Amino acid sequence: MREITYLQAITEAVDEEMARDPTVFLMGEDIRQWGAPLGEFKGLFEKYGGERVRDTAISETAMIGAAAGAAAMGMRPIVHIMFSEFLAVCMSDIRNVLTKTRYMTGAKTKFPATIMSYSGAGVSAAGEHSTCPYGLMMTIPGLKIVAPATPYDAKGLIKSAIREDNPVQVLYHIKLIFDRLTGEVPEKEYTIPIGKADIKREGNDVTVVAIGLMLHRALAAADKLKEKGISVEVVDPRSLAPIDKQTIIGSVKKTGRLVIMDEEPKTESASSEIAAIVAEEAFDLLDAPIKRVCAPDTPIPFSPTLEKAWMPDEEDLIKAITEIT
Amino acid sequence: MAIEKGKLIDMYRTMVRIRVFEEKIAEDFAAGEIPGFVHLSAGQEANAAGMCANLRPDDIITSNHRGHGHIIAKAGNQYSLAPMVAELYGKKTGVNKGKAGSQHLSDLDIGVLVAEGIQGTALTLAGGAALAAKLKGTDQVVVGFIGDGTLNTGRFHEGMNMASAWKLPLICYCENNIWAESTNIYDVTNLTKLTDRAAAFNVPGVSVDGNDVMAVYEVAAEAVARARRGDGPTFIEGRTCRRFGHFQGDAHLYRSQEEKDECMKRDPIPRFRKKLIEMKVLTDKEADKIHQEVKAEMDKAVKFALESPFPDPEEVLTDVFAQGGKK
Repeated sequence: MREITYLQAITEAVDEEMARDPTVFLMGEDIRQWGAPLGEFKGLFEKYGGERVRDTAISETAMIGAAAGAAAMGMRPIVHIMFSEFLAVCMSDIRNVLTKTRYMTGAKTKFPATIMSYSGAGVSAAGEHSTCPYGLMMTIPGLKIVAPATPYDAKGLIKSAIREDNPVQVLYHIKLIFDRLTGEVPEKEYTIPIGKADIKREGNDVTVVAIGLMLHRALAAADKLKEKGISVEVVDPRSLAPIDKQTIIGSVKKTGRLVIMDEEPKTESASSEIAAIVAEEAFDLLDAPIKRVCAPDTPIPFSPTLEKAWMPDEEDLIKAITEIT
Repeated sequence: MAIEKGKLIDMYRTMVRIRVFEEKIAEDFAAGEIPGFVHLSAGQEANAAGMCANLRPDDIITSNHRGHGHIIAKAGNQYSLAPMVAELYGKKTGVNKGKAGSQHLSDLDIGVLVAEGIQGTALTLAGGAALAAKLKGTDQVVVGFIGDGTLNTGRFHEGMNMASAWKLPLICYCENNIWAESTNIYDVTNLTKLTDRAAAFNVPGVSVDGNDVMAVYEVAAEAVARARRGDGPTFIEGRTCRRFGHFQGDAHLYRSQEEKDECMKRDPIPRFRKKLIEMKVLTDKEADKIHQEVKAEMDKAVKFALESPFPDPEEVLTDVFAQGGKK
């Protein structure tokens, strides 16, 4: 099968959906000249023109408002809110408007809008351009969230997000773009259902749930632990809302142990919710306490040595696993 | 501009419907019949009536916390008041199934997309609806109703800039009742003319006596024509005043007696009635008949609301997500 990069997979997904559905359009900052700063939408302006590929001013609140208004009127907007921190700039518009209004109108409206943002540390982008807002976004009723970690998942999930009749937040990882991650992606059209986790590696001794970039660190740690005779099952939730409880609990049923690896300050992160789900719904399946491998509750530092210390890594995960196996 | 007779009578009836609705709701709220809060638009009727009389059924408006009048005006006089009243009462038969209440009352079926309690989002969402009209190539026009207080939000700036840069078929209708809750707009804004703000976006800014429905109608007609032919947005300031406090129960002690008296004197309804009688569009008797009919209609709507059941508790979990998607 052909291999393409994570970045190419993102571009292909948006391109294919724009080609198949004339109601899909894209707006964001720096879309026209750069195809967004990381080049996710490169070539789309030339292909689809300025009406459907719209450069915006630095106006995140108006962009979400415009997406909501256009979605309610039957369009399928994709709005690019660049770095995930900028979601906080327009959080009221996401939280109070885009995701609540269907409910508040008694289902007289629907909002098929996709927000795409990149997340994550590892490129020394410092405190305002490095966050993974998984847990924060999971607190929003009415929002679906996908966080793909591979080119295959990125393409399939973004296509599903655009076709979804509800607001979806796509959080892709900046470092996977910088590292030029490649992977197998079929030429043939496919989609991946939102809300379905994927077992990226099977194992028997411990379940590791790892999100985004952390998936790759978990897979590397699993390789190392194999040499020590510990068999690690790695579950990639892929979607954070709705989250695939069944697959996670199914894996814990097999291994009896759970470690969650999440690139977020620990408090109220995605890991908090996943741990709570398993503690609440599958406590009897656990043979050891749930462990969480997260970042500390601090802002994200700039200097590479500080940033490296801040981010959860393979060694942190191996240590946590070793403590409970 | 000669406004045809039927339109004049329709606008009068719309204004009476809004007034009767608001006064009855004020009474029922004070009696403890209505949960939550209500923000009443009595005194401001000419703005909604004059603006919406220029719109087609497929045109869109967005509204705000003080929105009852906008909806009644956009809906047209054939639209029943009963589901609106039932919504305010929190009933299952409410237009939004009891999930909106007064502040978020809306009905996309009659072109009322949303009613927003976060100031400025009425404008940014209206921009999105106008963008959809532009992309789909319809000639629909969208009106975002805001209040004077919204002029100082970031959303106003972002929304107006976007609408102007993209030449969207949008009208920003600002009802200037000079009070943002209890704060006088001129105490927190270094402007004497609110329309000066429009110049910053290279958008025509028109100020009109918002208690003179015929003047509002004329200004609105021009803005709608401009938007409809693709020439972009207009900012309208309707200078008006509210007869009640910010919310029902607010004694509005921050207003001087002189200002309140002046507001009562500026009442747009007797003023329009007098004009219609002078123009021989209506007789006194015909005008009285409109009031009586509307009162009877409102009594019936309240009865419907009172007799309607509350929503089933299971309804809490419905309507969060739409099912399905684009196949």
